[in-house]
Amino acid sequence: MEEVLTRPSAVSGISRALRTEEMVINMGPQHPSTHGVLRLEVVADGEIVVDVVPHMGYLHRCFEKHCEHMTNYQQVIPYADRMDYVAAMSNEFGFVVAMERLLKITVPERVEYIRVIMAEFSRIVSHLIAIGTYGMDIGAFTPFLYCMRDRERVLDIFEQTCGARLLYNYMWVGGLSHDVPPNFAEKVKDFCTYFRPKIKELNDLLSYNKIFIERTANVGVLPAPVAVNYACSGPVLRGSGVKWDLRKNDPYSMYDRLDFEIPVGKGLRGTVGDCWDRYMVRIHEMEQSVNIIEQAVAKLPAGDVQSAIPKRIRPDAGEIYVRTETPKGELGYYIISDGSATPFRIKVKSPCFVNLSALPAISRGAMIADMVAILGSIDIVLGEVDR
Amino acid sequence: MIPQEVFNSLKMRFGDGILEATLDGVPNPFIRVAPRQMKEVALFLRDDEHLLFDVLMCLSGVDYTGGKLGVVYHLHSMTHNHKIVLKADVTVEDPHVASVESVWKTANWHEREAFDLYGIVFDGHSDLRRILLPDDWVGHPLRKDYQVPEFYNGMKVPY
Repeated sequence: MEEVLTRPSAVSGISRALRTEEMVINMGPQHPSTHGVLRLEVVADGEIVVDVVPHMGYLHRCFEKHCEHMTNYQQVIPYADRMDYVAAMSNEFGFVVAMERLLKITVPERVEYIRVIMAEFSRIVSHLIAIGTYGMDIGAFTPFLYCMRDRERVLDIFEQTCGARLLYNYMWVGGLSHDVPPNFAEKVKDFCTYFRPKIKELNDLLSYNKIFIERTANVGVLPAPVAVNYACSGPVLRGSGVKWDLRKNDPYSMYDRLDFEIPVGKGLRGTVGDCWDRYMVRIHEMEQSVNIIEQAVAKLPAGDVQSAIPKRIRPDAGEIYVRTETPKGELGYYIISDGSATPFRIKVKSPCFVNLSALPAISRGAMIADMVAILGSIDIVLGEVDR
Repeated sequence: MIPQEVFNSLKMRFGDGILEATLDGVPNPFIRVAPRQMKEVALFLRDDEHLLFDVLMCLSGVDYTGGKLGVVYHLHSMTHNHKIVLKADVTVEDPHVASVESVWKTANWHEREAFDLYGIVFDGHSDLRRILLPDDWVGHPLRKDYQVPEFYNGMKVPY
């Protein structure tokens, strides 16, 4: 007969005459809900999560080391694509903005507006994947297919513009690799008209679904001060009710000339900062992205997109840290130049890496079944966590 | 608060712990701090009501070649909307910096990354182990003098 221990349970504080030793459960590295290869070492007391230790690095591709062996700064861009591979345009955007500030060059307005349109499309694509797979993690399969269907339309626009569907190498330092096709404005407007009702459809199908709300509201609450201390950003931070968006608070490119709102979590179905709030911020951001795209297309001036591309990139010795708002949050590039054509050091501050580091803080005290809901609501892409 | 004022209040509080500053003519003004006093300086920057640097945007390790390593801290205050950069320089022989993990939780993983890839040791860190590379990896790959090993656990590395 095994010894029966009596000790208080982790959450209720009630003593129980049960054997309650802690148990370690492995989630991943091959687990459908980890959205890549991530291993979570979950320490559980019965059904309750006591601690989570994430193990990553399975997708580490030495991005930063590779950069130090390039012979031209433009060569970094295809590698930057492969960090957050579901929103590659946003990664490029951050890098070219950083390089242009380091080189002190300005690019034509047409280029800036096209970049904004592409970055916002990228946000829609990324959020569609986040929302679709999140529904699937929790057991709603149909919304995923709807999201993928709409995503295809955006990818078609990308493909017509630069020939690639996922990894574009489209934004170059000082310009773009291609101009947009002649019927671009029309296609974009068509998409906006098509997509607005689809967001409503998604809301009816998933966001306000009773089962979905039961699974996500009041689950995985991240209070605002904790989110700030962990330097969380993007929908994770805004879901906690902090009105912070670099497009408004630290504007770059053309965002200060465009009119849009910053959606934040309000705790409409539960507590501020729960999984449902983080999810809903993404839905509202897609609506705002459609607004931004419409405005940018209306303002799109004529002109050349390659005139400002420097023939040879040799920034003066110096360094710069530039951050931009990608779908996942604040993507920072810390670039040190020694005056040569090879980058001396490029450090990427990845939003997913930082948001994931808050996972243990969010999950302690949750149920094991909610781990999937919490992890999905953070929306990580392992390509960017591991770089 | 402009960077000069940040520097002055730090200098007043910590004296010799604040080494020098480059505040003009660079995109991100920076202040050099004695590596072993980093934690006190960080705590002051976070909690002083005129500074309130509540966000550590980025923490990067750097190898400046010639046996010199460094840690760069990019700070931002959401309340006052100002920024500052701190730098702590160390050497390969003595790569010790005081950990700021207890000040900004986000530093936990950033410091593990700097330890993993540069071998910078953060004193006072709660869980300083490799984060991106396997636990049994030898060496710190982002150092400029790093040699790629021929074998890792019997597997040929340069393929």
